[in-house]
Amino acid sequence: MNIKKENIEIYVRNLVKKFGSFVANDHLNFEVYKGEIFGFLGANGAGKTTAMRILCGLSHPTSGEITVAGYDVYKQTELIKKNIGYMSQKFSLYEDLTVIENMELYGGIYGMSRKHIRERAGELLSRLQMEHTRKVLIASLPLGWKQKLAFSVAILHQPRIVFLDEPTGGVDPITRRQFWDLIYEAAHEGITVFVTTHYMDEAEYCDRVTIMVDGRIDALDTPGLLKERYQAANMNDVFIKVARPDFQLTINNEQ
Amino acid sequence: MRTIIFLLQKEFRQIRRNKTILPIIFVMPIIQLLILVHATTFEIKNVKLCVVDQDMSNTSQRLVHRLEGSSFFKITANTFSFDEAQQQLATNKADMIVNIPSGFSNDLIKENHATVQLIPNAINANFATLAYSYASNVIFDFNKSILTEWAGNISPQPLKTITTQARFWYNPEMNYKWFMFPGIMVILITMIGMFLSGLNLVREKEIGTSEQLNVTPMQKYQFIIGKLLPFLIIGIFELFLATLLGKLIYGVPLVGSIWVLVAFTFIYLLVVLGIGLFISTMAETQQQMMFIAFFVVIVFILLSGIFTPMESMPIWVQKFNTINPLSYFMRVIRMVMLKGSGFSDLIAEFISLSIYAAAILSLATWRYRKTA
Repeated sequence: MNIKKENIEIYVRNLVKKFGSFVANDHLNFEVYKGEIFGFLGANGAGKTTAMRILCGLSHPTSGEITVAGYDVYKQTELIKKNIGYMSQKFSLYEDLTVIENMELYGGIYGMSRKHIRERAGELLSRLQMEHTRKVLIASLPLGWKQKLAFSVAILHQPRIVFLDEPTGGVDPITRRQFWDLIYEAAHEGITVFVTTHYMDEAEYCDRVTIMVDGRIDALDTPGLLKERYQAANMNDVFIKVARPDFQLTINNEQ
Repeated sequence: MRTIIFLLQKEFRQIRRNKTILPIIFVMPIIQLLILVHATTFEIKNVKLCVVDQDMSNTSQRLVHRLEGSSFFKITANTFSFDEAQQQLATNKADMIVNIPSGFSNDLIKENHATVQLIPNAINANFATLAYSYASNVIFDFNKSILTEWAGNISPQPLKTITTQARFWYNPEMNYKWFMFPGIMVILITMIGMFLSGLNLVREKEIGTSEQLNVTPMQKYQFIIGKLLPFLIIGIFELFLATLLGKLIYGVPLVGSIWVLVAFTFIYLLVVLGIGLFISTMAETQQQMMFIAFFVVIVFILLSGIFTPMESMPIWVQKFNTINPLSYFMRVIRMVMLKGSGFSDLIAEFISLSIYAAAILSLATWRYRKTA
């Protein structure tokens, strides 16, 4: 990670998104640097997915200045889409296609040659130690494997940034750990990782984290500095102190 | 172009693995064409007659035999009581009462005039009209034959009568199946096009893959072509299959050119697929899609003139049919198959359908959004 102005991959100033009178994102400000693993934390309904969808060009912001991979989210969404990968909260590989067929489809859409797709698929599958599943239908694989495959498909075309929306939901701890190994490897390759989660142990793995509460960003720093500032033993405590100050107060009183 | 090839490959792989759609593509045409053509026939046979012969004369008996001799009628009851005959009609044991009053024969000889009463069950007005007119024809023939017979007894020259001879063009045997078959074909192609394309699109929405496709740099037109082309190909395939089945099973001729038929089917499918796509942009679930599509299809089918001649519909309904793609295609397909109409006879329909296709596809493409 290199915190320099020229290494900014995602730039967000005063991002506001309203749905009618409901404010889902209230003046968000942050930057994400190249090769960084940027954790986007928050309770359910805090507005994480909304913000992520805007950054991916799936939804238009109400106002704010936002660039992704150097492109403007208002006018250059198609250019943004060429340079990002996305793994949605909802599992979204085709269940009735095989592993390699899914890879061919997405690789093809991103303009990769068939030869290149084959090479890259082989590389990613061997990293997952899943070469034997090449010709297996997605539907017959366990959820944890599907999630890892979905991630591999999201980075198949070697995007500059990959967006992961709660990628480890419903996955066992061992697979989650393996999943994070994949994220590290991707970051090592130079892919910037933008990940939302509500598992606080996962927050420890991030380079920097933001904590969103009710549409606002209430904290943004490295996990270490956040723990120091909130005098917490782990990210879980940090989260509770940021998101539910009253709740914390009662616990303290009981002590 | 490369993207579209990848999308097509994906669609055909999915269709090949789909255990519901694949049989539908092959079995639906066979079932529809085998069964529905018979079910929708308006030819009537074996009309059940209840005869009330109160005259019991030689003449009345001959009339009854005449009716019985025709292939349209079957005498299921003979009675002298009109009340009993009414009972037969009420319980559906008879379709029509033939009431020959006493004195029928006498009146005919003395007054040169006699009455026979026909009472058809008119719950199905169409059926009643046909049964009535068949019976009237038989009675008319009978009338003519006794007239010549009696006239022959009086004067040596036979009575001069003018007879008309009808020749039915384009369907010389008045084969109802030939008329219905192209209609059922149209329904088949419409359903395959609209339902398969629409459901496919909504399914992607439901399982979330459409969102995954939306974050890719794929263009809207590529997506839409990738979605419509497979069903266009399937639709054309259905046309060939149906034409072949029609020839083999019913001997339905294809008087016109198959290529005219293919060209029109192509444009018509664009319209139908466009409607399917348009509905899918409004529906969030497959149920919603089905419900809307059913509504649209049924309205279009019943208005299209497939079962009833469009000329007998009220003017405003005929006007409504200008926005009913089925009615154009129905006309075209019947004209090409039975009459052998060529392209030059169908320019108006061609222009209308092309405008329709362009309009509905633009509307659907405009409504289909990659962003929310």
